[in-house]
Parts: sequence; C-alpha cells; structure tokens
Amino acid sequence: MTDGYRDHPVRSYVLTGGRAHPSRNTLRPETLLCAVDDGRELPVGAGRHERALLETCRGTLALAELAAYLRLPTSLVAVLASDLLDAGYLAVRSPATHDLPGVDLLEEVLDGLRRF
Amino acid sequence: MVSAGSEAPPVDPASLHLASTVERSVKVLVVGAYGVGKTTLIGAVSEIPVLSTEETITAASLGVDPRLGEKTTTTVAMDFGRVTVGGTTALYLFGTPGQKRFWDLWAGLADGAVGALVVVDTRRLEDSFEVLDQLEEHTALPVTIVVNEFPDAPRHTTDAVRAALDLPADTPVVAGDLRERRQAVEALQALVAHAVRLARAGDAA
Ligand SMILES: Nc1nc2c(ncn2[C@@H]2O[C@H](COP(=O)(O)OP(=O)(O)O)[C@@H](O)[C@H]2O)c(=O)[nH]1
Ligand SMILES: [Mg+2]
Repeated sequence: MTDGYRDHPVRSYVLTGGRAHPSRNTLRPETLLCAVDDGRELPVGAGRHERALLETCRGTLALAELAAYLRLPTSLVAVLASDLLDAGYLAVRSPATHDLPGVDLLEEVLDGLRRF
Repeated sequence: MVSAGSEAPPVDPASLHLASTVERSVKVLVVGAYGVGKTTLIGAVSEIPVLSTEETITAASLGVDPRLGEKTTTTVAMDFGRVTVGGTTALYLFGTPGQKRFWDLWAGLADGAVGALVVVDTRRLEDSFEVLDQLEEHTALPVTIVVNEFPDAPRHTTDAVRAALDLPADTPVVAGDLRERRQAVEALQALVAHAVRLARAGDAA
C-alpha cells in the first residue's frame, strides 16, 4: 500500500474546501477526464498524487490511463479524481450518465471500425 | 508495456492524450483463460502501447481460495488498450482473466460495456467455461467468441465451437490469428454488429 491511502482523507478535506461529504461522481475506468485550464493553483496542502494527476491530465485521458501512467490502482485514482472534480480542478469530458451505449452510438462505432 | 512497479522509463502522456475531437468513450471487455491471447488481441488493435494497472482486491471478493492462504488482499493485473473510432469516440479494450474469484473486480468493468469478446483456445475449450458462466450469470452483455488459431490447435467449424460451449445460435464466432490487426479488428466488428442487432431487437420489443 502506498502512503496515498493513509493520508488521503486530509488532502481531500483540503481540496474540497472543508466540505466533509463531497458529492460522489460516477467514474468508470473509461470515463474521460481533462484538467481544467483556468490558471488556478492547487492549495498548498494538496498532495503529490493530486499534483501528478492534474499534470498528467492536461489533455484528455480515461481514468484507467491515468492510473496506468501514475502507477496507482484505478480505485485510488477514482477517489483522487473525484475530489479534484468536486473542487473544480478536473472535468469529465464524456457524458457520464448513459448506462448502456444506445443503438445510435453503437452504429457509429461500427461504422468507424469498418473504415479501418 | 507500462506496468506498476516496472523499471521501464515513464511514458510521456502528453503524446498519448486523446484528440480534442473525442467527446465520449465506450468499452469492450476482452476475457478468457490465461494465455489464450487477450493481450495480443488488445495490442493488435490499440493505438497506444498496451497499458496495465494493478488492482487490489479484498478477501471478501475472493471467496475461499486455499491458494491465497491467509492473505486478505491480492492484486490482479488488468491490461487495456484504446482505439479512436470515427474521430469522436474512444473505444477502450479491457482485458481480464474473468475467473469467478475476481468477479468483484470485473463486475465494475462490465457495467456499461458494449459487450465481451471471449477469446478461446480450441486445445483447451473447457478453460473458457468458467468465464462464460460468469458472463451469463452476472451480466446481459452481448458476447462474441474469438477462436485464437494457434498453429497446432485443432480446427473446428463455428457450429462445433458454439455447440461445445453451449452457446445460443445467434452468438457470433470468429477465428483468426490475433497478432494480425485486421483479424483483431474483425473480431471487434463482429461484437459491435451483434450488440447493434440486440439493441435494435430490444428497442423493437
Ligand atoms: N501463434 C500464435 N501465437 C499467439 C497468438 N496469439 C497469442 N499468441 C501467443 O500466445 C501467448 C499468450 O498470449 P497473451 O496475449 O499474452 O495471452 P493472455 O494471457 O490471454 O493475455 C503469447 O506468447 C503470444 O505471443 C496467435 O494468434 N498465434
Ligand atoms: Mg494478458
């Protein structure tokens, strides 16, 4: 286990401005994320994993890709990303709500694959 | 391959970011027994080097497995790749062994997936029973069987494979050398086409 697990609650508290129960975003391994580029700095108390996450996510990447590049378990990165989303440093790029891909999207994917 | 804890130099993710035109993602699972060719298939299709993460799972999700002794957690490696289709959609391929004892880990993965490619080796078809049982029991995912044609594996008709695996008549079965991109892409096409048919049938009902 990395120290990331242990010291996380404190950092989370810092990032979310002291809110005790940040809202939980539904993050899947394929959820697309991108750092919010508004020049705002992370608070001094933010941890190195959060900093590394935002640095890595300057362009769009899925949660699982972030986990692989940061060499951390996806479950841990989901928690870090969730806090960064709540605090407005990170944004979800892909629509997060659809439960199953609909026919239109599936057909688009199939068309795309056929053009390879 | 990037893997947790390996000595490989870090990859620069800046070169691996998705194009700014990409606005959504979908995923398929690539499941099957150890050594059937899951990682090979993912690598043949992926536009980025195959990535890997190590996931920690707890004893509760492991059930009773004497091989794991007193350990309360274990790690499972998951590999995955990505391919951008039609300029706007990132398709992720997540590979996992899919054994029953790892169910909790890949249950989350199955959630919202287009479907599952089940890779099989005809020299040991019985190794695929467990993963097919798990898919059937716990998910409603469209399934496509991918027979990895190893040089010394016996050749069977798709009907014979379907019968041996006790699958519904409409389950697509494709075969090929999964090191070849074209054949790996054809397997993906077969799965997505099947998912389209099932979704249309569902919408009509
Ligand atoms: N001859 C041949 N070898 C293959 C093929 N697909 C995979 N292999 C080899 O089989 C071994 C296991 O493949 P791998 O993709 O790692 O299996 P996984 O455990 O399911 O991920 C590797 O040494 C591959 O190079 C194939 O289509 N033909
Ligand atoms: Mg593998």
